[in-house]
Amino acid sequence: MNTRIDRRTALGTALGGLAAGIAGLAGRPALADGAPIKIGELNSYSRLAAFCGPYRNAMQLAQDEINAAGGIKTIGGRPLEFVFRDDGASPGDAVRAAEELLTREKVVMLAGTFLSNVGLAVADFANQRKTLFLATEPLSDAITMAQGNPYTFRVRPSTYMQTKMIVEAVKGRGIKRWALVAPNYEYGQSAVANFKKLMKEAVPGFEVVSEQFPAFGKIDAGATVGALEQSKPDAIFNVLFAADLTAFVREGNTRGLFENRLVASLLSGEPEYMLPLGDETPEGWITTGYPWDQITNPKHQAFVKAYQAKFNDTPRLGSLLGYVVVHMIAAMLEKSGSTETDKMIAALSGLTVETVAGPVTMRALDHQSTLGAWVGETTRKGRTGSMKNWKYEDGANYMFPEAEVKAARKG
Amino acid sequence: MDLPFLVTQSLSGLASASSLFIISCGLTIVFGVTRIVNFAHGSFYMLGAYLAVSIVPRLLDLHYSLPMFLAGIVAAAVVVGLVGVVMEVVLLRRIYRAPELFQLLATFGVVLVIEDLVVTFWGPLDLMGARAPGMRGAVDILGNRFPVYQLFLIGTGVLVLALLWLLMHRTRYGVLVRAATQDREMVGALGVNQAILFTGTLFLGSFLAGLGGALQSPLIAANSHMDIAIIAEAFVVTVIGGMGSVPGAFLAALLIGQLQAFGILIVPKATLVLVFALMAVVLIVKPWGLLGRPEAPATRAAPEGIANLKPFGRVERIAAVLALGVALLLPVFGDAYLVKLGTEILIFALAAFSLNLLLGNGGIVSFGHAAYFGIGAYAAGLLAIRLGMAMLPALMLAPIVAGLFAALFGVFIVRLSGIYLAMLTLAFAQIAYAVAFQWVGLTGGDNGILGIWPPDWASGRTAYYYLVLVFAVAAIAALRHAIYAPFGATLRAARDSAVRADAIGIDVKLYRLAAFALAGAAAGLAGALYAFANGSIDPTLLAIPLSIDMLAMTLAGGIQTVIGPLVGAAAFHTAKDFFMPLTDYWRLLLGLAIIAMVLAAPQGLAGGWARLRSRFSGAPA
Amino acid sequence: MSLLMVEGLDKAFGGVIAARAVSFALEAGELLAVIGPNGAGKSTVFNIIGGQLRPDAGRVVLAGDTITGLAPRAVWRKGLGRTFQVAQTFISMSVTENVQMALMSWHGEAASLTASAAGLRRAEAIGLLGLVGMAEAADRPISALAYGDVKRVELAIALAGEPKLLLMDEPTAGMAPKERAALMQLVAGLARERKIGVLFTEHDMAAVFGHADRILVLMHGEVIASGPPDAVRRDPKVRDVYLGESGLAAANAAGTAP
Repeated sequence: MNTRIDRRTALGTALGGLAAGIAGLAGRPALADGAPIKIGELNSYSRLAAFCGPYRNAMQLAQDEINAAGGIKTIGGRPLEFVFRDDGASPGDAVRAAEELLTREKVVMLAGTFLSNVGLAVADFANQRKTLFLATEPLSDAITMAQGNPYTFRVRPSTYMQTKMIVEAVKGRGIKRWALVAPNYEYGQSAVANFKKLMKEAVPGFEVVSEQFPAFGKIDAGATVGALEQSKPDAIFNVLFAADLTAFVREGNTRGLFENRLVASLLSGEPEYMLPLGDETPEGWITTGYPWDQITNPKHQAFVKAYQAKFNDTPRLGSLLGYVVVHMIAAMLEKSGSTETDKMIAALSGLTVETVAGPVTMRALDHQSTLGAWVGETTRKGRTGSMKNWKYEDGANYMFPEAEVKAARKG
Repeated sequence: MDLPFLVTQSLSGLASASSLFIISCGLTIVFGVTRIVNFAHGSFYMLGAYLAVSIVPRLLDLHYSLPMFLAGIVAAAVVVGLVGVVMEVVLLRRIYRAPELFQLLATFGVVLVIEDLVVTFWGPLDLMGARAPGMRGAVDILGNRFPVYQLFLIGTGVLVLALLWLLMHRTRYGVLVRAATQDREMVGALGVNQAILFTGTLFLGSFLAGLGGALQSPLIAANSHMDIAIIAEAFVVTVIGGMGSVPGAFLAALLIGQLQAFGILIVPKATLVLVFALMAVVLIVKPWGLLGRPEAPATRAAPEGIANLKPFGRVERIAAVLALGVALLLPVFGDAYLVKLGTEILIFALAAFSLNLLLGNGGIVSFGHAAYFGIGAYAAGLLAIRLGMAMLPALMLAPIVAGLFAALFGVFIVRLSGIYLAMLTLAFAQIAYAVAFQWVGLTGGDNGILGIWPPDWASGRTAYYYLVLVFAVAAIAALRHAIYAPFGATLRAARDSAVRADAIGIDVKLYRLAAFALAGAAAGLAGALYAFANGSIDPTLLAIPLSIDMLAMTLAGGIQTVIGPLVGAAAFHTAKDFFMPLTDYWRLLLGLAIIAMVLAAPQGLAGGWARLRSRFSGAPA
Repeated sequence: MSLLMVEGLDKAFGGVIAARAVSFALEAGELLAVIGPNGAGKSTVFNIIGGQLRPDAGRVVLAGDTITGLAPRAVWRKGLGRTFQVAQTFISMSVTENVQMALMSWHGEAASLTASAAGLRRAEAIGLLGLVGMAEAADRPISALAYGDVKRVELAIALAGEPKLLLMDEPTAGMAPKERAALMQLVAGLARERKIGVLFTEHDMAAVFGHADRILVLMHGEVIASGPPDAVRRDPKVRDVYLGESGLAAANAAGTAP
């Protein structure tokens, strides 16, 4: 795709003037003493409130803590101010909201987004407008790989990383006959593709006996479970989440799909998706998740205590992420001592932050953070789901190999 | 595939068919009697599920037994039925005399309101309902386990069918419902109190939606996306069966249930498009669904749409010049964001205007206009990114591509009429959506394609704004001229009386096809402009929500006037932009705004203005 | 050769026979009435000639061209103008716009994207409206007219295509008696003056016997009698099965009228 690179290069050069103008605009508030440093946060607060609500709560908690402790000290102790906007769960609305944040709110950078297509659209917009964008939640590998750009960074462990964690956890068992089930969109498809690739490398004789891709949010659980059962797999890899997951689990439980089978599953241990399962939570699924109540790290315990005190609710994975993101941004600003985009990017690349989840580094190579995930087994505690035998897997051990990154990222 | 598997798989299909039937028959009854395309039906289904989640466990705490479970399910359904009654009395009853499409807009407002209210009351987490006592387990069928509850669902579907048959054939109410379904005017002639009939029907329809939702609560966690997930499918069932036909809905649900159950074995990714492809095929072969009857030609006094076309008067001329002046000077007095907003308003104004060429001028209701907007956007994006074409040629070619697709789909679409035509536009739009979604190699799948930015000379916000202004105003002026030209008059003639048009030598279908292609091309231009404005394309640009937005803009402005859609696009987009940053509950506010507007100005904003004017000038409206 | 020749039309709906071996001819300038009780097959025959229905057998020849099975729009091009039992007009338009529309179509201008429809063929349209006595109402919305006036406008629309044959399905239905006579006189005058053949159905026997040159009586889809009004009036079969007492009185009254 030479033409495209040429186009972009030409565009980049020519847009220099405009970009400088915008950067100047964005940087202007830096001159005002004590005025808050505004950061634009875009997310699907309305459409995906289960994740985004706790996420925003934790962000406000972290923001208040940082401001109470004297704001960003290298920038005259100026406080942080997150400006939240709904991205309408659609790329078009998201880009418009991003424009508003940049031009009206004069934010110094953008953060957020949940859905991958929204995240990618905002990333491309940030690239066009030469603005720093911290994609916090979207999992698509494309954000830091094929569609990666110099202005975009991603916090959460990507589809690839989480899938690799699961593969590492199950490959030792040597199970060969797998059935795969995933929502029919990019996340599901790429999780399945990653899983197949990694399992082929790790388990000789690995074989997929059936694949099901129900439309996201519209699973016909009876038919799907029947189709999987029919293929008599020895193990199941599940990528379904949210409403699809609950329907799948109930049907599968009733029909004995999970009996005497290993189930490996993405995200199912996250409270967002585990809470609705209640007393139907299956026993012994290998999954990524967030056992917030069992983490003994004192820093994390303090976070949980503060969160519960402030919101009278238990933290979700969204809460953890929001909290980590704000501290990451604060650390970046402390290091850059400036809100100029170039300096913030320089500061964020390779930055290591001590978070409540442990040390997290923003890898300069692909702008992917090393935030990890907790991998363990699902279990039931009374009427609610929980995790056991879990272990925090540091994302640093699951990053894309350097050669693959270099091959995938353009420019 | 062995026999036991085939049996359990087809039982799974029957169980989902049964649920689908219970929901869809409510929709079809409501449509049959009131002719209202009730978008809120999916919301009632969702309410039923949430209410069951709340009510059933409380009753089971009193006494853990199956009758208590069933009582809870029925109670949830009754409450939803009452909500339906409230909607009828408070909202629909006031607008029965407004254009039918306006009622659709009102129910769309209700969808937005209920969606946010549900999150407010029940919180954002998915909520799993209680399992039915005694039906937690499975039975052994030829060596395979099959859930008892799904067998119960199959039985319930048949029971509902039987009870509805009795109601329709053994009660006076049923006779009236059937009479109204076949001939609305006859009911008036029978001296039936229409209000009571409608209220009763809304109760029955909403009750069935709520029952469907409540029955699903042990299977699917109640969540705030259920409404959208079910409504399109319920429409498909009613249309395949024939609008207004309960047995038809039953047949269609059976068909879809089996198709889903076995279709996913052959093409696991087919679920996205299967039902819509089926609907397209059925409508092409049977234009009124499986058991539907041809719609009697409407004999209403006034057509819904542009009537009494007059050239601009002095006031309108001044307003038009002022509006153009404001548009030209916007970048001078407005900030950068206003320019961005203005760009989008111009683009949507063009899209809505093109929709009204069909809707207001041609009497052709399109529920899938976003398809052509999206095809234009994809054409522009693919030409620019995959072929490296410059922006201007891409902008010129995109409408041609969209127009060709519109013509291709149009060949099948213009053979139909009324609600069936509308649903076929929806089916084609969903098929286009599925192709964009699934053909990852070409379209980038749901992640779409990035990097579609204008070249340097047009990349500034202001420069691009003026570019859009030129294209949009030129296209709108051209479309407006077409409306005033004999071509537009011929379309209106065909809309008013297809029989008369045919008898004076007009090939009605050919004109409608031409209008479809023209409107598709204009929407395609809007889509292409949008692609370069936002730098990316993805399947949401062809999806149902955007089609609904376009309908809402057009209806909000008023389909009776030529400029209505422009006013509507500006008002709708501004309102959305105003509400979105305010709160998480922007859907609620937008929904309330739509409902208020529908009640206050049932002719749309521009229509309301036209009425006001004629009232003060003393001329008949 | 006759202007219109209908030969051996058969049409059945399911098992119900609506027309059987219906044959007749119509000369230019002649008024031919088709009468018969409800369900006798009048509308079926009309719709076959007008192109709305396709016959099972038989053919229709208009001015030497076979038009059997052609679509209404094609039949119109061959020179057939028609009015409907329930008037079919363009309800959102003004009176003159209705006629202009037909004129634009006749002159092949309906598809134009460049012209402006408002003034196109307006003078001609007002001329036609003058013929049917509706010129004063030219700029009124057609929805505001009395039904009798709408039927006149429909006649003007039908005339826009310079028809050789007018097909009029109950042209006076819904009119007051005085209006009926006036309309029939207008039609008869136009037919003779412009050498237009007129085929019409009517329930009003005064209109039929007062104005038709010939009358065709249909019964259960078959022609049971045809001929000049006097002959048909005297035909005992027609008396028995159709006209009855009141019809006969009306027919006689019309026959003795000047």
